Amino acid sequence: MNSSALTLMLLSEGIVTAFTVYFFYLVLTAKPKPEPDSFSENDDRE
Amino acid sequence: MSKGTSEGWGSRVGLILAMAGNAVGLGNFLRFPVQAIQNGGGAFIIPYLVCFLLMGIPLLWVEWAMGRFGGRHGHHSTPFILHQMDPRRTLWKYIGVFGIFTNIAVAAYYCYLESWTLSYVWHSVAGTFNGQSSEDVAGFFGRYVSLETMEPVIFWIICLLMNTWILAQGLSGGVEKVAKIGMPLLILFGIVLAYMGVTLKAGEHGAVNDGTLGLNFLWTPDYSSIWKPSVWLAAAGQIFFTLSVGMGSIHCYASYVKKKDDIALNAMSAGWMNEFVEVVLGSAIIIPISIGYLGIERVVELTKSGGLGLGFKTLPYLFTQWGPTMAMIAGVCWFGLLFFAGITSSLAMGTPVMGFLEDEFGWKRKPSAWFFGLIILVLGLPTVLYFNEGVFDEYDYWAGTVSLVVFALFEIILFAWIFGMDKGWKEINSGADIKVPTAFRYVIQYVTPLFLGFVFFASLPGIWEKITAANLPWQVHGARVLLIALFAGTSYFVWVAYKKRHAKSYTA
Repeated sequence: MNSSALTLMLLSEGIVTAFTVYFFYLVLTAKPKPEPDSFSENDDRE
Repeated sequence: MSKGTSEGWGSRVGLILAMAGNAVGLGNFLRFPVQAIQNGGGAFIIPYLVCFLLMGIPLLWVEWAMGRFGGRHGHHSTPFILHQMDPRRTLWKYIGVFGIFTNIAVAAYYCYLESWTLSYVWHSVAGTFNGQSSEDVAGFFGRYVSLETMEPVIFWIICLLMNTWILAQGLSGGVEKVAKIGMPLLILFGIVLAYMGVTLKAGEHGAVNDGTLGLNFLWTPDYSSIWKPSVWLAAAGQIFFTLSVGMGSIHCYASYVKKKDDIALNAMSAGWMNEFVEVVLGSAIIIPISIGYLGIERVVELTKSGGLGLGFKTLPYLFTQWGPTMAMIAGVCWFGLLFFAGITSSLAMGTPVMGFLEDEFGWKRKPSAWFFGLIILVLGLPTVLYFNEGVFDEYDYWAGTVSLVVFALFEIILFAWIFGMDKGWKEINSGADIKVPTAFRYVIQYVTPLFLGFVFFASLPGIWEKITAANLPWQVHGARVLLIALFAGTSYFVWVAYKKRHAKSYTA
């Protein structure tokens, strides 16, 4: 691959992957809101 | 979850995967790489990401916020979500009709497309394409859509039944479960195929070029293209279609989220997940593999008619060059990921229709789902019978392209200027797990409407050309009549629902 294509690809895919991983990590580590919340699977954790 | 709510999400991750599944569609793999090739190669990513930042992200936040606001007032479809935001004007509930019309009309042809992927998974497993020439494989597709056998109809019916049955299981019991299985599998299949595409070597298994030549071609920037308005229009259009904004399905999914629960981070997570699938996986499969076998000139020629031909006529043949076992694995991965991309989107199209019937007419979930299936059967039949006459493309143009832009333009004006940015900004930030940059308040108010206005007005010559086109087959005229009847019929039901509500509040 030529250097401009490689740079653009790595930069674009790096940015997109980083934001995807970062926001999903925030979702996974966010503290659940007190019940009643919008989700049924954590109802028994009250 | 709150008591007394019959419908809702099981988990936050499930909601995000369902939202991402709604956004991720066949266009992520078939449309994006073709758009990039036709609009400046790697340089296309610049207007594309700018449009995502200034139009895509704001619209995601706006639609999530509108949906959650409507849900709080017991509305799960756009006619009465929009009405709730400006109850003094009767206009908005009819603008909201787009959010039901679009979903029905798009699902009508999309389920047929989805059924092709299911059929091609079957043929990949059965080894149908092994030993066939490239012309034979391309001819197979031609014969398939010409209905030379009943097979397309059978797979279409199976697909409709699957969609309907899953919808009848509800959000957490059906849609969310499919997203939790489908999205990880889709990403896994995408990674497998991207690895195969990128590591393709010239001279091995009949390849004439390295797979990286395709990546090089796709990503080599032509920076002069950035100054062309047509490239910006293509980028804005791609962002629209890929995020499924302007459809009403995001509103519906978000309407089951409570005020104190986050939408700002959820919207970001689902939106960026879609971008990952599109930019990282979507760019590494179809073009590298096709160029590896066919060379740049032939692929450029093939992409002139869009990505559908490459995906269904060309790739199955190229997979057979890897031997029967690898052809089967690659075929299952490719058509399997397209199937999951399709079904997670078509399920999202059913929920607003069901939400409308349940909210306004007191229907139960199962009859609503079967009613949706029945409408899709009736409206989808012309796309199956008259695919070659252009009915499929006609539905796609009016419902899957024009309607999205019109609805998004109206909804951003309603949210930012009539509902008001003070209330709107509060709504976006209520329960937020991230701090939304204040700059976006002004982007939503000024930049996104201007962007959408540009997209709409720039599309007008094309719309006019379409309307005034001569010598169209009667089937295309028939498709237009059906679409108009669908919009008028939906508007009538919205009017009836409004009268019912009015009468109820009067007697109360």
